[in-house]
Amino acid sequence: MEWKKVAEQMFPTGHEIKQYGDLLSGEGRCDKQTVAVIGTTNHTEVGVELALAMGAAVLAVIRDHPGRPIVFLVDTSGQRLRHRDEMLGLNGYMAHLAKCVEMARRRGHAIISLVYEQALSGGFLANGMMADVCAALPEAEIRVMGLAAMARVTRISEERLTELSVSSPVFAPGARNYLKMGGLDALWEGDLSICLKKALEHIDSTDHRSVNGLERGGRLLAEPVVKRVLASA
Amino acid sequence: MTRSYYESIARARIAGLLDADSFHEWLSAADRVTSPHLAILEQPAAFDDGVIIGQGSIAGKQIFIAAQEGGFMGGAVGEVHGAKIVGVLERAVRDHPAAVLLLLETGGVRLQEANAGLIAVSEVMRAILSARAAGVPVIVAIGGQYGCFGGMGIASRCATTIIMSEEGRLGLSGPEVIETVRGVEEYDSRDRALVWRTVGGKHRYLLGECDVIVPDSMAAFQHAVTASINNGDDWSLEALEREHQLLSDRVKRFGECKDGRDIWRKMGWPDPDAIAMMDNDEFLAAAQGRRAKQTVKVP
Repeated sequence: MEWKKVAEQMFPTGHEIKQYGDLLSGEGRCDKQTVAVIGTTNHTEVGVELALAMGAAVLAVIRDHPGRPIVFLVDTSGQRLRHRDEMLGLNGYMAHLAKCVEMARRRGHAIISLVYEQALSGGFLANGMMADVCAALPEAEIRVMGLAAMARVTRISEERLTELSVSSPVFAPGARNYLKMGGLDALWEGDLSICLKKALEHIDSTDHRSVNGLERGGRLLAEPVVKRVLASA
Repeated sequence: MTRSYYESIARARIAGLLDADSFHEWLSAADRVTSPHLAILEQPAAFDDGVIIGQGSIAGKQIFIAAQEGGFMGGAVGEVHGAKIVGVLERAVRDHPAAVLLLLETGGVRLQEANAGLIAVSEVMRAILSARAAGVPVIVAIGGQYGCFGGMGIASRCATTIIMSEEGRLGLSGPEVIETVRGVEEYDSRDRALVWRTVGGKHRYLLGECDVIVPDSMAAFQHAVTASINNGDDWSLEALEREHQLLSDRVKRFGECKDGRDIWRKMGWPDPDAIAMMDNDEFLAAAQGRRAKQTVKVP
């Protein structure tokens, strides 16, 4: 779905979100509350400039609007795969963005993310996956790598991977697999403004993903292993 | 000269860095905590899933530690591997050791369990920041042959301090990945000097992407870890704003550069090619005042 349609549905009473290149920034209203909106569009690759711009947007919300909820609109084909961005330390820029989000959370900002088109690996870790509530539209594409590329790297045939992906959510792309593994809190269907309102009413700022993965049957060992480490003599 | 950190396996690194006989492992091989996802792909499992965790002391200070074993699937992060690291960090939030030490050697997410691995890396990132917010410094050491890449390259920069050797490599997308996608003209992964000028320890130190650079010896890493524990942490909005300024300045100053050499020249190195030949002490002395970030010096 185009970001403008997402924004219209999410903020029926109005929004001031602007597009600057592939960056989205602005605010919208959810009931009487104003929320900050930060995002990307055009399936963009996240390079150093974009990661830095998102970090700046988060810091500006912390400074100018203490406590205001932040909504990330996620559409990225991943980190920018360029020699130049690696040379400049793209991992450090991504981490900076993640730290800005964490700082916002710890200063009382609710953090919500919605994958409305695509989310891939590195581009997703630093913002969308840092949220208290991470949601996706049902048709959104979420993955680390496509099965064809995965077959090349792992030397397991694509046919075999495809066959296994029917029964296992662990490596095949797709929002529903991430939901089952606890990586997503919910798929947002129907009225997006109601989805957002409900999410804002139920903010849990602890990381509950391994518990969700266990309850939903998609990631059975993560939570028990953490518990065993905590209980080890 | 003590043993090489680069050449050592994870267990030898733990033994080499911690006080003698102080290490106590959690979920050891005897506990048989292995990946549930590898057998179906006919891949061998490891009884520690490629990461060794536990507690011990270093210069008498109680620390928690996780050490990735590059020899098992390139140190890649799967569901169990990631959960073990998260467990260490959550335990640190509860028990407040003097620091958490992460000896990272990894290509990032384990593709055989891609979705679980990606979520696990994200959980590690949040857990590192939770430990820091709870006042426990998180110290990362990078100096193994696989470097530190993928999502763990992001996670490492969430830590308080990064210690690297010249041989260490730190980045997000590895050179092979970029070459595969964009072609050899973009990034020749077999050009070792180019890779070193892009992600190697000295370049990362000059940019301010790592805090301490040490020679490749167990004693040097140990010394740097001890000093880093004593330096504590600064998890504050002000520190984050300073970092933002540093990263903004870097793009402005070096955003047009095509090669690590161009960056070093702009930093004022008259002969960038000489950097590769310098030993650690010469390099540190010459880097004074040229480096993009001045941080704590290891005494």
